[in-house]
Amino acid sequence: METTSFLPLLIIFSSLLPGTLILMLREDQSALRTFLNLFGAVAKVGLIAWVFAGYLRGEEYGFILPLAPDLAFVLRVDQLGLFFASLSSVLWLVTTLYAIGYLEGGKHRRRFFAFFSFCVTAATGIALSGNVITFFIFYEFLTLSTYPLVVHSGTDKAVNAGRTYLWYTIGGGTILFLGVVALFVVAGPISFGQTEVIASLASVNPTQLTIIFFLMLTGLAVKAAIFPLHGWLPISMVAPAPVSALLHAVAVVKAGAFGIIRLVYDVYGIEVAEQLNLLTPLAVFAAFTIIYGSVRALFQDDFKKRLAFSTVSQLSYISLGVAITGVLSSAGAIVHLVHQGIMKITMFFAAGNVAETYGYKKISELDGIGRRMPLTMGVFTIAVFGMIGLPPVAGFISKWYLGLGAVEAGSYWVVLVLLGSSALNAAYFLPIVYRAWFCEPEHEAAPLRQIGRLETQALLLIPVIVTGILSLAAGVFAAMAGSPLSIAREIAEKLYLL
Amino acid sequence: MEAYKIYSLTSAVLFVIGIGGIFIARHFIKKIIATIIMGGGVFLCFVSFAERDALNFADPVPHAMVITGIVVAVASAAFALALARRIYQLTGEESFTKDQ
Amino acid sequence: MTDLPTSPFPALLVGLPFLLATLSLFFSSKGKAVVGLIGSFLTALLAIVAFVEVTQQGTVIHILGGWEPPLGILLRMDSLAAVFIGMTALVGVFISLYARGYFRAQEDSSEGFPLFWPLWLFLWAGLNGLFLSNDLFNLFVTIEVIGICAVALAVLSGKKAALFAGLRYLLAAITGSMAYLFGVALIYGSTGTLDLALLGQVLEPGPTTTFALLVITPGLMIKMAGFPFHFWLPPAHSSAPAPVSALLSALVVKGAFYILLRLWTEVFGVSLTFAAGQLIGVAGAVAVIWGSWQAFMQTSLKLIVAHSSVAQLGYLLLVFPLLVLAPGVTADSADWLSPAWTAGVYQVIAHAFAKASFFLSAGIIIMAMGHDRIESFRDLAARMPMTVMAIGLAGVSLIGLPPSGGFMAKWNLLQGIFLSGQWWWAPAVLGGSLLTASYVFMLMRLAFAPARKKEPLRPVPFRLQVFALLLALGSFLIILPAESLIQFLESSQIFGSGIESIVEGGVYGND
Repeated sequence: METTSFLPLLIIFSSLLPGTLILMLREDQSALRTFLNLFGAVAKVGLIAWVFAGYLRGEEYGFILPLAPDLAFVLRVDQLGLFFASLSSVLWLVTTLYAIGYLEGGKHRRRFFAFFSFCVTAATGIALSGNVITFFIFYEFLTLSTYPLVVHSGTDKAVNAGRTYLWYTIGGGTILFLGVVALFVVAGPISFGQTEVIASLASVNPTQLTIIFFLMLTGLAVKAAIFPLHGWLPISMVAPAPVSALLHAVAVVKAGAFGIIRLVYDVYGIEVAEQLNLLTPLAVFAAFTIIYGSVRALFQDDFKKRLAFSTVSQLSYISLGVAITGVLSSAGAIVHLVHQGIMKITMFFAAGNVAETYGYKKISELDGIGRRMPLTMGVFTIAVFGMIGLPPVAGFISKWYLGLGAVEAGSYWVVLVLLGSSALNAAYFLPIVYRAWFCEPEHEAAPLRQIGRLETQALLLIPVIVTGILSLAAGVFAAMAGSPLSIAREIAEKLYLL
Repeated sequence: MEAYKIYSLTSAVLFVIGIGGIFIARHFIKKIIATIIMGGGVFLCFVSFAERDALNFADPVPHAMVITGIVVAVASAAFALALARRIYQLTGEESFTKDQ
Repeated sequence: MTDLPTSPFPALLVGLPFLLATLSLFFSSKGKAVVGLIGSFLTALLAIVAFVEVTQQGTVIHILGGWEPPLGILLRMDSLAAVFIGMTALVGVFISLYARGYFRAQEDSSEGFPLFWPLWLFLWAGLNGLFLSNDLFNLFVTIEVIGICAVALAVLSGKKAALFAGLRYLLAAITGSMAYLFGVALIYGSTGTLDLALLGQVLEPGPTTTFALLVITPGLMIKMAGFPFHFWLPPAHSSAPAPVSALLSALVVKGAFYILLRLWTEVFGVSLTFAAGQLIGVAGAVAVIWGSWQAFMQTSLKLIVAHSSVAQLGYLLLVFPLLVLAPGVTADSADWLSPAWTAGVYQVIAHAFAKASFFLSAGIIIMAMGHDRIESFRDLAARMPMTVMAIGLAGVSLIGLPPSGGFMAKWNLLQGIFLSGQWWWAPAVLGGSLLTASYVFMLMRLAFAPARKKEPLRPVPFRLQVFALLLALGSFLIILPAESLIQFLESSQIFGSGIESIVEGGVYGND
């Protein structure tokens, strides 16, 4: 079928191995631990860049390990997978730096960084999976590897959040499992991109295929936080900021959204999905989630909780884009995978910086914080503009494409949803910006940490600036070759040419 | 009625009495005796099948099995008795209480 | 049967542990342990060599002492037996290593239990004998050896709770084997043979056969703690010392399952109705849900693990309704038989590894804390990370999440369920998984929660934790050779065979 290559496996191992080694270290070997961590993160980015370059040259990379008759562990490189893998690995590198600074002197760092590595292993595994079963394996692995991170602080609140998280994800995983087995029984082992298998069955047993689609969709919707399965996301924000970044931007919710993209485009195929009328319910739920998340966000005073509800809302843009057929909306959905990631990670880093430096966790405490932390709040403001959809920040590009796609498909109501959501975004984000820059602080607070000459520790500041710049650059340079948008467009065009 | 039929039916009756005893009896020794009765029924059943139409002598295989079976049953019963005695020595209990 | 290649290994697999066990009785406490440990290694080595021989030669036989059946004994090692023997060897060696460390660490506190070693080797001989048996009576003798050794091991500690549980276990075991033997007598009476393969050809449906089936099946279900005969298992398994609990849960109950599987598919085929399979399936489904729920309600670790065994054994019973085909369906056209068999075998192996690891970890925790109440699990993730890791991994395999052996089992089971169209078993399988997840993650949640008050931990030898973790990893690694293992199993005649029920009646009998 294709040349067997160990490169995809190497990409997986570039974080799995450091994670395992870290687990074997002693708690006080922090230098070695940091080295392993960064080595793995840099190696992963490097490997993915190399594979990406090779892929663009036309090389194919695949790794197959047969587990049982018809049950094979397959890693395969395609453009969509690489796109997601690049996002995860780059953001992981940044988040690792941030986490090293954030957790300095904290407890159980060995455990934290080990599972942190496992988590991104699962995310890249999901990205590179070549068939439904491999995807499912990594999808469950992700659930398990994030649990110790969610409960990391060990407080009762965190442990309860962890329980909620597990109930949702294990429940979703079970439903997904049911769907995967049923799909296997009906259609045999399906590799991603083999849409002709389902297409040939679509006329034979449409009812079964519809049921299986919605089973799998429900399983994936839990991680993608689509209403009414989003409950775990706002509760899990009790986790440390780097974990929130991981949940909201790098791995977990992205795994759900990515899974939906795979399910619709690479398993069922757009034609079958349209023919069986599978996408309308998805569109309706996604649109409702967009509005619902925004409205809930309006009423949160807890900084991270407001961000969490904003994620619920923003993430459904991806599902909405998938649910509307057309090159433009598909491109919008795929590119939003990246754009939402870099913008939301910026926001969580900023919130984490404020909480770590001054101990402010509520929005009502943020008066005048912009003057004390100008760089952090500066990039936060950029991200806010992006979320609202103001040009030239990345979020504008996604919304523009989604809007164009909706018009092209004749779904004018989607445009209304997008506009309404933008207004709501503005309504819940701008007050933060206003308070930060234009309100006088009630009293001067001393920073909790040793911050030196900068506004906070360098390891906390650099990552947020990097991701802030990235979210600006992704918008400004969107038209250039190699930008997330151009890649997303290529993927989408290939989908519709087939 | 042929002899082997009497034996077979008796064996079934003994077996059922044994099973009933295990569940109904409370005292350890009674339960153990019930298992022995059950065993007796089974062995009788074996022996009754030794008379076969095709053979003009007794089939030796069931006898071999019964001897082995008796050895096994004796060992089990002895073990059970030892356990029951130990329990009695330790606790003075002679039957299963609710929480055990 | 007698034209198959002869090999000395089947006899050695039974004889060697038996001899060493007898030998070890003459040694002092310390000598028993040394002989026991060496014996474990030798037996495991022998098992692996024998396994390799079967992969090369196919089924091999051994006629004991040259006495031909029916009075002599013929041992048969086909690929199914080889897999069970191999599993026993792998799990057994780890439990032996652990037991050596575990008992040595407790020697001074009079918990040394030197008698563990001869009993364990006798048990091993019995298990190997059971897997190799080719006639009904030999199966009876081996399962009696196993039963008596298992009870003796369970009451090793001599504590009150263990004695009560042990006596209950013994009475249940005797009842089960007597019922089985009664069935054997009936079958012998109507056919004049005990040979499994021959019986498969000559046994005819009729009242005697049906009656035999009706006593043998519940008898064996008592022995394997199948619902509703599971009452003896939780107290017996939870009150024994940790290595013993591991042996009982991982290996002993599998013996009865093995007999049941062999008898149903090889011997009783013709007398079974579709409804009979469904009935066993219902018992399995209830066991899965009830056992998992009971496990969730317990407050001590060993009881959780013991109740979880009831549930996991229920999954094994769920294989039977898939094997019994509805009238009119032929085995050739039933494409779910191979998944169903794979599910059964993988459930046995994965559960053996995972449950052994679980019980061994429980032993470590008891050794460290002095008890196993789960409230004191708090903060354990920080204090005993390796053990929590082992419990977590073993738990993941029990839940059936990928990429564990348990996943392989559930995957194939669900596949078989859907392919056969018996979708009504799916809720039990998935519900059981969810309930299993509930109690496993209840433990994990506590392990990560902050401690209210920190009790000092007693030191536990490091290698004990390594052995428990290795067994947990084993429950994952077993899926790597899955493809070749299934191919190997398919060389056994009965693997993948179905039970074509020709008897009229039953749920689907009229269509």
